[in-house]
Amino acid sequence: MSNRLARFGNDLHSGRKSYPFVEKRRLWLSLTVALVVLSLLIPVVKGGFNLGIDFTGGSEFTVSGIENTDVQTGEQAVAESSDASGVTVTNIAPGTVRVQTEQLDDDQTLAVKDSLQEAYGASDDQVTSNFVGPTWGQGVTQQALWGLLIFVLLATVLMALYFRTWKMSVSAVAAMMATIVITAGVYSLVDFEVTPSAVIGFLTVLSYSLYDSVVVFDKVRENTKGLLSGAAPEERAKRTFSEQINLAVNQTLVRSINTSIVGILPVGAILFIGAYLLGAGTLKDLSLSLFVGIIVGTIATMFVAAPLYSWLRGLEPAVRDQERKVLDARQTDGAPVTADPVQAGPRE
Amino acid sequence: MASDKDTSGRSGADESKTSPSKAASRAPRTVRSGSQAAVSTAKRGLVALAVLTIALAGILIYGVTTDRTGWDPKLALDLEGGTQMVLSPELQEAQDGQEITQEQLDQAVEIIRQRVDGTGVSEAEISTQSGSNIVVSMPGVPSSETRDLIQTSAQMAFRPVITTAEGTPTPEEQRTPVEDIPEPDAEPTDSSDPNWVTPELVKEFESLDCAAQRPQEERKAQDPEKAVVACDPANNAKYILGPLEIPGTDIDDASYGMANNQQGMSTGQYAVNLQFNSEGTETFKELSERLYQIGQAQQGDPRSQFAILLDGTVISAPSMNAVINDGSAQITGSFTEEDARFLSEQLKYGALPVSFSIESEQQISATLGSNQLRMGIIAGLVGLALVCVYSMFQYRWLGLVTISSLLVAGLITYFAITLLGWSANYRLSLAGVAGLIVAIGQTADSFIVYFERIRDEIRAGRSIPAAVDHGWKRARQTVLAAKAVNLLAAVVLYFVAVGNVRGFAFTLGLTAIADLLVVFLFTHPVMVLLTRTKYFGGGAKNSGLDPEALDAVPFYRGAGRVRSPEDSDGLTIAERRRRQKAAETPGDGAADGADVSGGSSAVDQTEQTEGSTR
Repeated sequence: MSNRLARFGNDLHSGRKSYPFVEKRRLWLSLTVALVVLSLLIPVVKGGFNLGIDFTGGSEFTVSGIENTDVQTGEQAVAESSDASGVTVTNIAPGTVRVQTEQLDDDQTLAVKDSLQEAYGASDDQVTSNFVGPTWGQGVTQQALWGLLIFVLLATVLMALYFRTWKMSVSAVAAMMATIVITAGVYSLVDFEVTPSAVIGFLTVLSYSLYDSVVVFDKVRENTKGLLSGAAPEERAKRTFSEQINLAVNQTLVRSINTSIVGILPVGAILFIGAYLLGAGTLKDLSLSLFVGIIVGTIATMFVAAPLYSWLRGLEPAVRDQERKVLDARQTDGAPVTADPVQAGPRE
Repeated sequence: MASDKDTSGRSGADESKTSPSKAASRAPRTVRSGSQAAVSTAKRGLVALAVLTIALAGILIYGVTTDRTGWDPKLALDLEGGTQMVLSPELQEAQDGQEITQEQLDQAVEIIRQRVDGTGVSEAEISTQSGSNIVVSMPGVPSSETRDLIQTSAQMAFRPVITTAEGTPTPEEQRTPVEDIPEPDAEPTDSSDPNWVTPELVKEFESLDCAAQRPQEERKAQDPEKAVVACDPANNAKYILGPLEIPGTDIDDASYGMANNQQGMSTGQYAVNLQFNSEGTETFKELSERLYQIGQAQQGDPRSQFAILLDGTVISAPSMNAVINDGSAQITGSFTEEDARFLSEQLKYGALPVSFSIESEQQISATLGSNQLRMGIIAGLVGLALVCVYSMFQYRWLGLVTISSLLVAGLITYFAITLLGWSANYRLSLAGVAGLIVAIGQTADSFIVYFERIRDEIRAGRSIPAAVDHGWKRARQTVLAAKAVNLLAAVVLYFVAVGNVRGFAFTLGLTAIADLLVVFLFTHPVMVLLTRTKYFGGGAKNSGLDPEALDAVPFYRGAGRVRSPEDSDGLTIAERRRRQKAAETPGDGAADGADVSGGSSAVDQTEQTEGSTR
């Protein structure tokens, strides 16, 4: 497989094999818009997200390392020790039971904890309790949104300075936004629980998505260097601006695949252990959002960032001129250029 | 390391003569200073990294041997077990509408810290969060006493005692009928005047049960202008107290220690020392004069006592046995050291007009904490192993460079976290562990970017050492830009976010820096040195740099002699390849000269590189 991937990489590098990321940008971009709209609609239709108690306020107890994980035992224990409503008892992992209730006051929290401990025959060591006021989650969300805003602004400026064009910045940020919205849509669709840990994951996905775009755009910049000023070497000048962008995405495709695999492997390890051995909690929530986000982010860079950039640049007269000239030259020259991989798409 | 194996290929013309193939040994060799320089730069990088690592290790070893720190990073509460409370401060009504200032918050943190320390809980950590909340983390489960103490707003007051009784309610039948209680016959002249006592107050006093919990609101609602009833739960006593004489804010300082008698000899008793500020000194002087006189006039008169109240509860009710002019009082009694310290803490910090409500509270059992840590470590090792296997698979023996780079990055991160735990009390949380694991992938990506670049350069026909040089120049830029984004995200997250997010952001930022260090001071130098070996420099089959496997164009055997590529034996692929080559070669005369095509391609590459690195 290694060899095949290397060969695949070789073909992509030379342009012998090419995927029409840019050529079919209209398709990819409208698909993205559709997905984004859908992702925005899903929570509306479904009535929001499955928010964890950190956002809704409430009390949560986790009893771990017990043999009897009967759900009713827990329900009874809560009923006996408090007048809490909205009690849900779930067996989240082997030997682990989670009890969630509406917000209890301090004394009741302790009472429920004691009675759960007794009911499940657990020691003080095995019961974890968590009590969250209703304003706490709001604070967390607000901070997260601030973080998002500041990060996006700074990253946009940073990238605009680095790439010397705001269009790359805008494309990368748009891809990132699409990533985050679609990831959120997936969360709403599948009813994954949104917790502060999941929010941390989302925020990391932002950085990951931009990171990925920077790597691809670096290659794009290299490939399109001098194309408009005519300073590009003759060989490179034979491709149109958008063909060069497409080539860049293809040339970095193997890297993108490797990167997301290498990124996904450790995250997958945490996800597996978090979900199957520990049950709900920081590890699972964090890795799940990363898992979804990394996949969506890698795809978004290829199908959103680069096509969008080529579209934005395509609005410039200079870029149009260059493309027209190249295509004209191809018409008159005939022969080898018709075999241009970008034009022809993947052959075979 | 055979540094004379190849040239670094600084110019296109030179480039075309160097061999990219396995036939490197037969290629003309020009030992150039550029190559030498690259090697010595590489060696310098490795030495710098070694120095850094040894220095970090040295500091840690010093810390461990002198018992100042341990080998293990400090763990946060979710891994160690314990309780975390997020408190939000609430100003008293008097200051309604006011925002809590950072100063007040800092003061509050200090007070809570002292209070928690005062209860004997060790290792509690109290910090502010995003300028508005206070986070209290402590090992174990706090007693209800500690919890109350943390939340309690410190409304402290000094009131004179008018009368006292046992803390139990007077039996119904013995209570004085309300109509029998004399109405005060005159306006009270001072705050110790029994004329403050109204029939309603007597009724309230008689029915007061100190064993019953009273809601905090009720206790707070004591009118400073009037006489009130209050309990001293510790001594099972209740009091009728005169109006407020001195607010807690007039306390300057408090301490405790051994009491001295008039000869300056230690009495062997603990005493609490109290110092008032100038205003408090004045009021206390008047109070002490009056109470002392009452005490002199009639021994044991409860009216010679004054009560110190914290949130409406009497914490101490000493009798005045001297006139105190200098605002420096000493409270003695049958204090244990614990009592004395507790009272002095209360006095010292009791003056803060801020209370706290628990926003969130998390109690994590130690078992669960260590379980989570173990799972986190397992997940990390599994993730690391998978990444290692994958990179060996992808990059063959070059994968070893990835693995060793990851290990070096891991080592640096370990030192950084342990040393930060020592110096800045940084504690690794579960989110932090997750950040470390996620970082494995992000760190490995730097190597992937670099390796893919090198491969691209080899595909373009460069010799392996030249490909490493040129690939590095491009990859360096990409890695720097990409890591800048990561660092930016980590920094923004760290400063904006709250709680758990910070721990995660911190490890992400830390590992990004470690990654940069490793790429620059380890991975690249190692690559430079490796390409001077026969195995990697020659692009052996499983080196991960095999030009043949990478389809390098153009192929040469020796100087300028074209070796026909394996796949040019009349297959359709070959035709395609030729057409491809023709398309890429400027001019129609491409067919006759590998030199021409090779040369121009190399020139173009060089321009590209130089142009973009500037």
